[in-house]
Amino acid sequence: MTDEVRDDLKYTESHEWLKEEGEIAKVGITDHAQSELTDIVFVELPEVGKEIKKGEELCVVESVKSVSELYAPVSGKIVNVNKKLEDAPETINESPYDEGWLVEIEVQDKSEIDNLLDAESYKKLI
Amino acid sequence: MYRSAIYDEPLLNELLGSTKEKIKPLDLLPRSLQRKEIIDIPNLDETQLVRHFHRLSQMNYGIDSGIYPLGSCTMKYNPKICEHIAGWDSFTGIHPYQDISTTQGNLEIMFELERLLCEITGMDYYSLQPAAGAQGEFLGMLLSRAYHEFNNDSERNEVILPDTAHGTNPASATMAGYKLIELPSTKNGTVDLDMLEKTLSDKTACFMLTNPNTLGIFESEIIEISKMVHKAGALLYYDGANINAIMGKTRPGDMGFDIVHLNLHKTFATPHGGGGPGSGPIGVKIKLEKFLPIPRIARKDGKYLFDYDVLQSIGKIKGFYGNFSVLLKAYIYILLMGRDGLKEASEIAVLNSNYMKKKILKSGKYEMPCKELRKHEFVLSCEKLRQEKEIRAMDIAKRLLDHGLHPPTIYFPLIVKEALMIEPTETESKEDLDKYINALIKIADEDPGIVKNAPSNTPVKRVDEVGATKNPILTWKMI
Repeated sequence: MTDEVRDDLKYTESHEWLKEEGEIAKVGITDHAQSELTDIVFVELPEVGKEIKKGEELCVVESVKSVSELYAPVSGKIVNVNKKLEDAPETINESPYDEGWLVEIEVQDKSEIDNLLDAESYKKLI
Repeated sequence: MYRSAIYDEPLLNELLGSTKEKIKPLDLLPRSLQRKEIIDIPNLDETQLVRHFHRLSQMNYGIDSGIYPLGSCTMKYNPKICEHIAGWDSFTGIHPYQDISTTQGNLEIMFELERLLCEITGMDYYSLQPAAGAQGEFLGMLLSRAYHEFNNDSERNEVILPDTAHGTNPASATMAGYKLIELPSTKNGTVDLDMLEKTLSDKTACFMLTNPNTLGIFESEIIEISKMVHKAGALLYYDGANINAIMGKTRPGDMGFDIVHLNLHKTFATPHGGGGPGSGPIGVKIKLEKFLPIPRIARKDGKYLFDYDVLQSIGKIKGFYGNFSVLLKAYIYILLMGRDGLKEASEIAVLNSNYMKKKILKSGKYEMPCKELRKHEFVLSCEKLRQEKEIRAMDIAKRLLDHGLHPPTIYFPLIVKEALMIEPTETESKEDLDKYINALIKIADEDPGIVKNAPSNTPVKRVDEVGATKNPILTWKMI
């Protein structure tokens, strides 16, 4: 049983992933994180328009096992959130890298992305 | 193989043969105070009633049925004599509004209990008011605020907690208005002194710690930790949930803690786990005494009284004076055990835990993340079983039910993968410990299909936890 780690994504030590799409970065939690959390039953998403700093609390995810905070991998403005998760939080378990994304952030400083972990380093971490 | 009693037991008012009788209000009451609506109360005879509750109790499992090793919960056997004495009319027949000249004995018990707890924990003063551990913690945080405000130091708004802290710690600190700073543990599972040094500042109000910590490891650097915290002008708080490991051996007060809460219902002989009542007294060093809640129990000219005249007190935090029956049972337990008995209880609790740990690890089926000597509890990881057979901690917990055993705490502390947190306590025999060890080893070798679908011979089978969270059905019935 191995957790999927995608080569085209960047990662944090706290198990968030980030996908660069121009000025926008899409953020979610990794396959490993969803598997550790077990069945996710609730997600508290931030408000669109909120400015957030790298390392600050981004949202809260509740599973049958625990309540966990997720942290912003980069600083910037929240421009979009995955509304689908409010009704179907289990999407994160089913599709952590695609349908189960959490937020889109307008990145302030691109060098912050370069400082994140690449797939190889993240694989070593888990 | 163990088999639980399984009855298809209806609710009381659905019992066959029950007829409803309208209850007439007492004529003694004035008409204006009499209930207008009719209440339905099932009309059953004693036999039906006793059998109903007896059948329900046979489907239940408690500390009187067998081992109950929930980590950090100290589910130990409680001597029946404590319950017996607490049931005497002379204790159950009193009311808190009675004139205190008629309840001197009760006040004396509370007064003496405060002093006994001071002796056990090395603190100077106690308040017996908090109704449980979490309320004790909350009171502790309010005392911390009062202390810093009194010293014109109210800029201190941060509370530091290790990442192994009990879940109530961050909740209590947040409720008291503090900002939380989580401190990652070292790879040995203890407080990281360098990180602590960096985290402490003139913003730190308090550092909350339990010792031994939730991994069952004694923080041997505690004197250094205490020095660092006090040098920064902050207070050191002791979560007493794990006092069962050190009673009579060492004292939080001697380690430098300023505020201590105890869970009397855990360590001092009150059956718990069903929602109360509990008791979470708070002990403090002399510098915090003046902030303790009112009323304080005092003795003057040979008489006991409630002292409300404490200028700096944070006020009252609970109706009346605390959960007296729990205080009483703790008082009886301490007197029964004596100094040597309490010490021996801790020693056997630690011995039992280490015995289980060693035998389980020897089997090679489970792993343990940090190799330090364990105190009263230990945390295993079943990550290996998950990798090999996709059996998770939850599955093992459920399968233990089929073996007629209560599961341990699972998935806590969060820093251990697939955690099983086992606290056997001092009241279990070697035979019972062996039975538990053998069940855990056996489950690791069982057909994964059976383990993942467990329990199969209990009245309630595997519950749908996701469904229960998303679409709860609230009912008294067994479904």
